[in-house]
Amino acid sequence: MKSSVPIWRLGIWWFLGSEIVVFGGLIVCYLLYRFHHPEWASEAAHTLTWVGAVNTVVLLTSSLTMILAHHEVEHGNARSGATYLGLTILAGIIFLLLKSYEYHHEITEGFLPSRSLFWSFYFLMTALHGLHIVGGLVANVVVWSGLKRRFATHRIESVGLYWHFVDVVWIFLFPLLYLSASGGMR
Amino acid sequence: MMLHWLPINISTYGHKIDHVILVIYLIVGIWFLLAEGILGYFIIRYHRSKGQPAIFQPGTSLRSLMWVLIPAALVLAFDIGIEVVQGPIWEEIKMNLPEKPDQTIRIRGRQFVWEITHPGPDGRLDTADDIKTFNQLTIPVHQKIVFELQAEDVIHSLWIPNLRLKQDAVPGRTIRGWFETMQTGTYPIACAELCGSGHGTMQGQLHVMDFADYQKWLAEQTPSGEGATSGTP
Amino acid sequence: MALRKYIFSVDHKIVGMQYLCTGLVMAFVGGYLAYVFRHQLAWPNEPVPLFGMVGPDQYNASVTMHGTIMVFWVAMPILLSGFGNYLLPLMIGAPDMAFPRLNMMSFWTFFLSTLLLMSSFLVPGGAASGGWTSYPPLAASPGLSGVEWGGHLWILAVALEFASMLMGGINFLTTTLTMRAPGMTLFRMPILVWMLNIASLVFMFSVGPLIAGAFMLLADRLFQTGFFLPQSGGDPLLFQHLFWFFGHPEVYVLLFPALGIIAEVMTVFARKPFFGYRPLIYASLIASVLSFLVWAHHQFISGMDPRLAAPFSITTIIISVPFAVAIFSYIATLWGGSIELKTPMIFALGMLAEFLVGGVTGIFNGSAAADIYLHDTYFVVAHFHYTLFPVTFLAGFAGIYFWYPKWFGRLMNETWGKIHAVLTIISFNVTFLPLFAIGLVGHQRRIFDPSLFDYLQPFQHLHVISTWGFIILFLSQIIFVVNFIASLCYGPIATRNPWSAATLEWLAPSPPGHGNFEEPPVVHRGPYDYSLPGLTGKDWKNQTEAV
Ligand SMILES: [Cu+2]
Ligand SMILES: [Cu+2]
Repeated sequence: MKSSVPIWRLGIWWFLGSEIVVFGGLIVCYLLYRFHHPEWASEAAHTLTWVGAVNTVVLLTSSLTMILAHHEVEHGNARSGATYLGLTILAGIIFLLLKSYEYHHEITEGFLPSRSLFWSFYFLMTALHGLHIVGGLVANVVVWSGLKRRFATHRIESVGLYWHFVDVVWIFLFPLLYLSASGGMR
Repeated sequence: MMLHWLPINISTYGHKIDHVILVIYLIVGIWFLLAEGILGYFIIRYHRSKGQPAIFQPGTSLRSLMWVLIPAALVLAFDIGIEVVQGPIWEEIKMNLPEKPDQTIRIRGRQFVWEITHPGPDGRLDTADDIKTFNQLTIPVHQKIVFELQAEDVIHSLWIPNLRLKQDAVPGRTIRGWFETMQTGTYPIACAELCGSGHGTMQGQLHVMDFADYQKWLAEQTPSGEGATSGTP
Repeated sequence: MALRKYIFSVDHKIVGMQYLCTGLVMAFVGGYLAYVFRHQLAWPNEPVPLFGMVGPDQYNASVTMHGTIMVFWVAMPILLSGFGNYLLPLMIGAPDMAFPRLNMMSFWTFFLSTLLLMSSFLVPGGAASGGWTSYPPLAASPGLSGVEWGGHLWILAVALEFASMLMGGINFLTTTLTMRAPGMTLFRMPILVWMLNIASLVFMFSVGPLIAGAFMLLADRLFQTGFFLPQSGGDPLLFQHLFWFFGHPEVYVLLFPALGIIAEVMTVFARKPFFGYRPLIYASLIASVLSFLVWAHHQFISGMDPRLAAPFSITTIIISVPFAVAIFSYIATLWGGSIELKTPMIFALGMLAEFLVGGVTGIFNGSAAADIYLHDTYFVVAHFHYTLFPVTFLAGFAGIYFWYPKWFGRLMNETWGKIHAVLTIISFNVTFLPLFAIGLVGHQRRIFDPSLFDYLQPFQHLHVISTWGFIILFLSQIIFVVNFIASLCYGPIATRNPWSAATLEWLAPSPPGHGNFEEPPVVHRGPYDYSLPGLTGKDWKNQTEAV
């Protein structure tokens, strides 16, 4: 029985499905607490919103270059595909650098995970997301380095799906953690 | 029989819990014996040594499936019956507090002791005549007692089998509940939620006294003074 | 290369065996821990052979690790990963799993988690002792439990174990969707295949929040966060919700494969098609959806809003209906059969009979009012052992005796198998029946010395009976181990299809070589065509035989 969906794509979807539940659980916990703690708004005001905003743009751009990379490879342009994938990797590294700058800034200002529940969530969620970015970067590099030798569209589509997922998670985290300062619950 | 294992009940609502247990026991017991009986009968009746060939019966027709679906529907009906019996009892015990309790007592679990604050002669908590004890809960019989259950460090669970009373005590919350006793005597109190090394040593006594004895007991106590803790157990 | 063939193999059969054997070895670890605390309960303050004196801390740790090991390192790897990995590709006519390398990774992740868990016995402070449910604040604060590294390792090991099971689940689901033999439609798949997939789905969508909860718990322990600590604004009950949102579905993750195993065994040894194959599948699917809506029946008296009891009682009631359908279908399968009580069949029927006890006693706990009294007593302990023991061990043994000839090309000894089955089932009842009574008396769980409580002393003899039952139960397993090992060399040689079974795995050689089938099977019929009218000679048709 041959299914219409290729095996590897199904595998990625199942994998992302289980990832969604993990982040989903974490986000639901955060929201449950958030409604009971209007005072978190003032804590959230101490996040570096501009860095978060820049990082959002960086990730969105990287998703775009990922799509372009896939498009190019699909049409047989391995070289420009590799360039776009390289740009995606570069964006991921920029994201991590900016994130480390944020962590450094916050920790020196005394906003440690143990400071309050908001910061506990902030660090746990962004760190977990950051680890996913690292994982995605490793996968991207593996595909990128093999791109010249192997012409496997499905490999770039797999890492692409994963990369978009990590991007989407960030789209949730950014307003929840950075923008909830103006949540109007004061 | 099942219920004779239960310790004697001394609370006004305890017999209702026992009743629920009995109702479930009877309903479920009959189903259980029936199911096991049929299972056993089939194993003997259709054993290979009987020499009959097996019939081809995949249970695909709705008619044959009724043998499964009707009993399942009956199970649902009995389940609803159980719910109808037990629902109101749960509501009475856990959801409705008496409007005018005779006394309010504070019980605070901590590793590994129950700290009990009796309201003292003025009948009110958080006053100077409060009486604080460790593991010893003293109350007059036939009175509606409301308790405020708290926990200091980890989750404990107030467990008084003779009252049919169990309620977790959770750090950060005050959980209110109630009971009314019908019989004097001394009864065990334990902790039913794993709370650390001393969980198995956490025990106390419930002293149910008639009113005169209770007054006498009250007079013998030295108030702890507001907020003050009278030493360690 | 032997290393490549047997250790770092990507063959689903080797991976399945690795899971199964690790699970069986861990069963002895978990069993020995049970012996430690059962000995202490029956004869408090007497040293336990090979262990020594059991203090309260050792008691708590052995109870905690027993539960953890039996659920996550025995039941899961044996039922889901062991049987699943070995049998799923064979039963759908596939040469291997969809992702063989992921499969190997899954096992080695599991193996690493096993090492982590076992190492927690050796670290200072000992192993985790906050119960297998690991409720905070006790499990979130080393200062309150006195266990530092044991607790960290427990969380890490459990999280890794979840990861390995997730990898396995992805493999099961993808393999089933894409690698079925031609003609193997979804409703021609053996029940076990269905059940493994439903279990994988249920696991995949229930475990996520608990993985998140495990990270939060670990952060509370390591970084002084307060996700579950009220002094920081956290809520201890949140963890309970995360735990039981997973915990109840988890029971079905174990139950479904067990039901699958006994369906295969019962149809073969009753020579009957399964009674109501589709209704069973639909019932299981409905039950698995409902399983996400019942979790708070574990928390009636936890301090959550008591008004929640009603909705969760009602969902719990509704979920009993699909299971009633399932159980009645199993019983009806025997009706009009030609039953042969071979060892696998004795275990399968034992599983059904004993699981019924677990099922009906659950109704007491599912009723909020009765649960006020019964919660956290030995009644609950007896109840869930009457569900999980039959599921894990009786169904597990049924499967092992049944597929052993396929795995190793030899049959296990039948006489010793029967002795093992009867001893196991009887001693299991001797162990756990008294615990119902002791629970009704009001005996709360997890206390290390019942003799400290006056009201429990008159019932001490029940603990003694239970412990003797357990000792016999534990020793009976020696028969199994010896039979298992001796039959590898001395068992009667098995044909491809020693039980005259109709599913695809019996077409392959015993044991199947790499790639499983000599020629790819083509399926023409359902999995249980036994005793078809008009057959002469043999009384069954293999799934590949033309209609
Ligand atoms: Cu306690
Ligand atoms: Cu449950």
